[in-house]
Amino acid sequence: MGVLTEDQKNRIRAYIPKYPRKQAVTLPALHLVHDELRTVPNEAIVEIAELLDLHPSEVQDTMTFYAFFKGEGQKNGATRLWVCRGLACMLRGAYELIEHCEHKLGVHCGETTADGRITLEFAECIGACDGAPACLKEDVHVMDVTPEKADQLIEELRAK
Amino acid sequence: MPYEPVLLARIGKPDSAKLEGYRADGGYATAERAVKEMKPEQVVTQVKDSGLRGRGGAGFPCGLKWTFLPKDHPGPIYLCVNADESEPCTYNNRILMEKDPHQVLEGIMLACFAIKSKKAFFYIRYEYGDAFRAVQGAVDDLYAAGLLGTNIFGSGFDLDVVVHRGAGAYICGEETGLIESLEGKRAWPRIKPPFPAIEGAFRKPTIVNNVETLSCVTQIMRRGIDWFKSLGVPPDPANPRDAGSYGPKLYTLAGHVNKPVCVELPMGVTLRELVEVHGGGVWKGRKAKAVNPGGLSMGYVDVNAPLKGADGKTEYDIPLDFNGPGKVGCLGLGTAAVTVIDDQTSMVDVLHNTCQFFAHESCGQCTPCREGTGWMLKITDRLRRGLGRKEDLDILIEVGDRIGIMPGTTICGLADGAGWPVKTAVRKFRAEFEAAIKSGEKSKYAKSLAMAH
Ligand SMILES: Cc1cc2nc3c(=O)[nH]c(=O)nc-3n(C[C@H](O)[C@H](O)[C@H](O)COP(=O)(O)O)c2cc1C
Ligand code: SF4
Ligand code: FES
Repeated sequence: MGVLTEDQKNRIRAYIPKYPRKQAVTLPALHLVHDELRTVPNEAIVEIAELLDLHPSEVQDTMTFYAFFKGEGQKNGATRLWVCRGLACMLRGAYELIEHCEHKLGVHCGETTADGRITLEFAECIGACDGAPACLKEDVHVMDVTPEKADQLIEELRAK
Repeated sequence: MPYEPVLLARIGKPDSAKLEGYRADGGYATAERAVKEMKPEQVVTQVKDSGLRGRGGAGFPCGLKWTFLPKDHPGPIYLCVNADESEPCTYNNRILMEKDPHQVLEGIMLACFAIKSKKAFFYIRYEYGDAFRAVQGAVDDLYAAGLLGTNIFGSGFDLDVVVHRGAGAYICGEETGLIESLEGKRAWPRIKPPFPAIEGAFRKPTIVNNVETLSCVTQIMRRGIDWFKSLGVPPDPANPRDAGSYGPKLYTLAGHVNKPVCVELPMGVTLRELVEVHGGGVWKGRKAKAVNPGGLSMGYVDVNAPLKGADGKTEYDIPLDFNGPGKVGCLGLGTAAVTVIDDQTSMVDVLHNTCQFFAHESCGQCTPCREGTGWMLKITDRLRRGLGRKEDLDILIEVGDRIGIMPGTTICGLADGAGWPVKTAVRKFRAEFEAAIKSGEKSKYAKSLAMAH
């Protein structure tokens, strides 16, 4: 008994024919697991490695390169809220916005609220500079984020 | 007469991302004609003769790069579409993908036909969720319509497009970092040569092209070489190595402008015109102090510094073509992402922010880059805490000068891009940095420890 369901494994397997080598499925598999379990536990790494004919250390090596993924012992909240700290956003109030969100949520960047609803993070430029300061809600841009708009967003995510 | 956009022509139309709409506007007729009536070599020649240079940052001639593939290779040959777009303050690829993905996909079709590739990997940064869904939806529609897969247009041409998502690392935009990442490894750029055209993805010949470059390919094949060359700037006769700056360009505006928008203009608009006219000027009635002309890696322009050899003009008057930014000490045109910094902003804060980015994004493979970006961040952090030392400025310039592929100390260009903003900012705004050191004044942001990594 592993942590991945048969359905999850099948969806990972479905990527394999798209690529000339199985190892190329590492990122799609990590995304799938990380998205659904909110973390990639060690057991999942072993299972991904089995599916892709890799050594677990190869999957682990790739995963830890991308600070994006949370591994064993870390877990994302229900929603990941990233605040951009890139230059275009900094020039339009990103640092103030980050501080505002930290106060509002009572956590620092990289931490999850006690209720497990929201993980706050900072991001490098998320390519939404036409809406600076910008945030990323999971993988969707939120543009022109004033403190009021941030509060509203946070309320929505808490209630979700 | 105002310029009529071509690359952005369909943006703003209802359902601009839909296949039916694209076809109603004449979409895929060009690809069909090329695939049925042309030889791949003719497509390569047309793109080469148009003078199209890569839009991803390096400006390498696109058709010429395609000719570097080994002749008569048995295959497979791959196309990697670079949609990592992580150069800070750049967002034109996002707009192209979200709003008109078929223009990009037609370019992919044409490029793959030209380079005899049956498989394209479309590598999209993870943060572009909406772009990913628009592109994946467009790809799905193409398969359903028989425009991807086997025997496309009944011509015997086969093509698969695989959409692949990144995981939040800037270095995946460097073409060999992208390839390593696609292969499922850490995105450590490779030592070149071999270049990807010889040995790229999965050790096969590979072409890497940017999303905007491929959109230009669609329009060049549709409208012809003369149209493309009627726009932009011809080669500088005084420089035999200049390949010219032809065609339209997507400029993105950000920072302290009234209208942070993406505009399409013939290559070569001046920085001043771009900001003052197309960007609606500097916000809050203020004046510009500095501009980053093409993504953070390109360095800074001092808007008030006199332009050498041009009476009464300043660095603000440089043309944004492939040569313009280089004339004022910047690394190049880069992504043509223009970020305006107003006269009330501290360059110490701006430079600290810049160094924070590169220190965070260095992949760590090369010691000079890993350590150098860290030192530059430490020093600029000291400066913003009011603890700067008088020798700091020279150390910054020295580190900036020594890391990169130009001094020959690193594997990839991230390090050059980390050094350039440091060198240009310190050289051009030295008085401001010296005053900050002397006064020991703290930045208004200095207390923020939240992001101290
Ligand atoms: C650190 C670094 C990051 C880069 N990021 C990107 C990127 O996000 N998108 C891109 O198209 N090119 C990027 N490039 C340039 C690519 O290496 C490559 O030159 C480009 O994708 C080639 O496509 P083009 O010729 O169509 O411009 C980057 C280069 C470096 C050194
Ligand atoms: S220059 Fe920097 S980013 Fe590029 S390979 Fe070396 S360490 Fe990595
Ligand atoms: S700097 Fe924040 S989106 Fe670009």
